[in-house]
Amino acid sequence: MIAYLVRRVVGMVLLLFLLSIAVFFLFNLLPGDPARLTCGKACTPQIIEANRHRLGLDEPVLTQYAKFVSGIFVGRTFSPDSPEPIKCNAPCLGYSFTRHEEVLTTITRAAPVTFWLAIGAFILWIFVGLSLGILAALNRGHWPDRLVMGISLIFYSFPSFFLGLILIFFVIIRLQWLPFPSYVSPFDNPVQFLQTMILPWIVLASLQAAFYIRLTRNQVLEVFGEDYVRTARAKGLPERVVVVKHALRAGLTPIVTAAGLDLAYLLGGAIIAENIFSLPGLGSLAVSSVTSSDLPLITGITLLTASIIIFANLVVDLLYAVVDPRVRVG
Amino acid sequence: MIQPADYLDRPFLSVTDLTVAFPTQDGLVRAVDGVSLSLEKGKTLAIVGESGSGKSVTAQAIMGLINRKAAKITGEIWIGGQELIAMPEPDVQALRGDEMAMIFQDPMSSLHPFYRIGDQIVEAIKAHRGIGTKLARRETLEMLRHVGIPAVERRIDAYPHQLSGGMRQRVMIAMALINSPDLLIADEPTTALDVTVQAQIMELIQSLQAEFGTTVILITHDLGIVADVADDVAVMYGGRIVELGPTRVIYDNPEMPYTLGLLSSIPRMDRDPDKRLDPIRGNPPSPIKLPKGCVFQPRCNYFERVPGGRCFTDRPELLESEPEHSVRCHLPHEERQQIANDVLHALTGGPTPL
Repeated sequence: MIAYLVRRVVGMVLLLFLLSIAVFFLFNLLPGDPARLTCGKACTPQIIEANRHRLGLDEPVLTQYAKFVSGIFVGRTFSPDSPEPIKCNAPCLGYSFTRHEEVLTTITRAAPVTFWLAIGAFILWIFVGLSLGILAALNRGHWPDRLVMGISLIFYSFPSFFLGLILIFFVIIRLQWLPFPSYVSPFDNPVQFLQTMILPWIVLASLQAAFYIRLTRNQVLEVFGEDYVRTARAKGLPERVVVVKHALRAGLTPIVTAAGLDLAYLLGGAIIAENIFSLPGLGSLAVSSVTSSDLPLITGITLLTASIIIFANLVVDLLYAVVDPRVRVG
Repeated sequence: MIQPADYLDRPFLSVTDLTVAFPTQDGLVRAVDGVSLSLEKGKTLAIVGESGSGKSVTAQAIMGLINRKAAKITGEIWIGGQELIAMPEPDVQALRGDEMAMIFQDPMSSLHPFYRIGDQIVEAIKAHRGIGTKLARRETLEMLRHVGIPAVERRIDAYPHQLSGGMRQRVMIAMALINSPDLLIADEPTTALDVTVQAQIMELIQSLQAEFGTTVILITHDLGIVADVADDVAVMYGGRIVELGPTRVIYDNPEMPYTLGLLSSIPRMDRDPDKRLDPIRGNPPSPIKLPKGCVFQPRCNYFERVPGGRCFTDRPELLESEPEHSVRCHLPHEERQQIANDVLHALTGGPTPL
C-alpha cells in the first residue's frame, strides 16, 4: 500500500511537470503578439518594444519558462529595471498586466465561489443519482424504473443553460420566490448565499444526476448477475444484506471514480452555470480571461484546473485501493 | 435408489414434476420441464448434460435461488419432510446455507472480492446460528484446516484474489459445509480448475461427504468424473431427464442414444487407442424452439429404426426399462440394448457378441 502510494505520488509530480511545459508552450507559441495586446489604442512600435522588454517577452521561450517555474517556487520580479518593479511572491503563477494584479490573487478570489457551487451540486447529484439509480435497478421493468428512467432522459437531454434560464424566468422573475442572484460568502450571509446558490446547484446537479441515475442503475443490475451475489444468496443471507453488503458495495465502487473526476472537472469552473447566474467563479474568470486575451491568467487557470484534476485522479485511485483490496497489489 | 417419484415413504430428497419456465419475448421457455428424481440420505446423484440441458437450473431451483418473480416454478421439491416450492421465501432462506448448501463452478468469481475469506465464512455461520464472532471464527479456522488449506491462521485473513483457484474452491467447500448441511449441491465444482486440482477437489468432496453423511447432487457435463463418485446418474437433455439409473447401469447398459453419445465422446482407459473420439453431431436444441417430437431426434443416429416416424411426432415418456432404470426413447428395449452393445464394443475394439 505504501509502495503504491509512493509510486502514484511520484507519477503525479512528473505529470504536473509535463503539464506545466505543455500549458506554457501551448499558450506562448500561439499566434498573436502578447506585447501588442499590452498597450491600448494609442500604440507605437516603440511602446510595444518597450513593453516586450518590460514583460520579458523578448527573451527566449525556454528562459521565459524557467522564470515562470522558478517564480512558482521562489517568487519573481517583473520589469526589474523599470522604476516601479512588480514583485510577485512565491507561489507566483504570473502577473496579469490587463488586470494589474497577480494571477494568484485573481484566482484566489474566484475559487471559493466555484468551490461552493461544485460541492453543493455534487452532494445533490450524488444523493439523487445514487438513490434513484438504485431504486430503478431494484424495480427493474416496473413503473418506478420506467418513471425514473424517463425523467432522467429528459434532464439528460436538456441543455443546462436552457434549464437555467427557465428557472430564472419562473422562480425569480415571475414567481419572485427568490431574489436575483448575488454571490456572498456563506460565512457572511448564509441566507443570501443559499438563495443565490440553490438554482445553480439544481441546474448543475440535474444534468449530472441524470447521468448518475443511469450509471448507478446499470452498475447495480450488472453486479446482481455476479456469481458472488448468488453465493451470498446461497448462504441464506437476508435479501437486504445481499443487496447492501454484497451487491451495492461492489457495484457502486466504480462510481467513486466517475464522481471524483466529475467533481474535479466542476472545480475547474462551471462555465455555463456561472455565467447564467453571474457567479464570479473560475468559470466566469476563464471566459473573461480568454475574451481579453489575458495570457498569464489563462495559463494560470488552465494549470490550476489541470492540477486539480490530476490530484483528484490520485485521490480517487487511492480511495479505490481502500475500497477494493485487489487494487492494492497491482 | 431411484424410481420415478411415486411412493409413500418419501426418501430424503424427492423432486416431482419440477418445471421452471421463464417468460420471454418468444413465449414461455421451459428451462426445466417435468423433472422427477429422488435420492436417499448420504447418497450421491450426478446430473449430467450439455450446456443448456437444464441441469444448473434444476439445481438452483432446489436451492431456491431462482427469482420467483422472474420464473414460473411448479412441481414439488421435498427435502427431509419439507416442501420448498410452496414454502414462503423467508423460510427457504433459513434453509439455504444451513440445511442445503451449494458450491459453484467458478471459485474465481464466486467469492466476494472485497471481503476476507474468513469473514465471508463467519457471515455464513452467523446467518443461521446466534453465536459470537470469536466462536464463529474459531469454527471457521477449524473448517478451513479441515478442507486442506495450509497456514490457516494466515490464510483466514486473505482476500480471494490472493489464493489459487483450487484453494478458493476449498474455501467455497468450507463455506458450504460450515453449517453441516444435509444436502450439498456441487454445480460443476471442478470445471474451472486445473486438471491436477480437479481430482483433489473431488476427493475432498467425497471424503467430507463420508464424514458428515451429506447427500450430494453433483452437476457436471463430464461423465468421466461421475463413475467414481455417483451412486445414481440422471442424464438431462433439453430440460428433461432422458435416462436415469444407478451409475453402473448407465455406464454398462446405457439405452438412450444421447447417453451413448456422451459415453462415446469421452476418453476411457479401456478404449481402443487408435480410434478417434466420436462427438455427438449438431448442437443442443434451443429451448425457445424445441422439436415437436423427440427433442433429441435431430441429433440421433437411430430415429429411422422407429416405425411410423414417431420420433418426429410424439414426445417419448420417461419409462421404466428395467427395475431402477428409466429411459426416454421410442426404440424398443431390446433394440436399444443391441445398439448400446454394438457401440460400446466398437469403442473398446473388442468383438461384438450377439
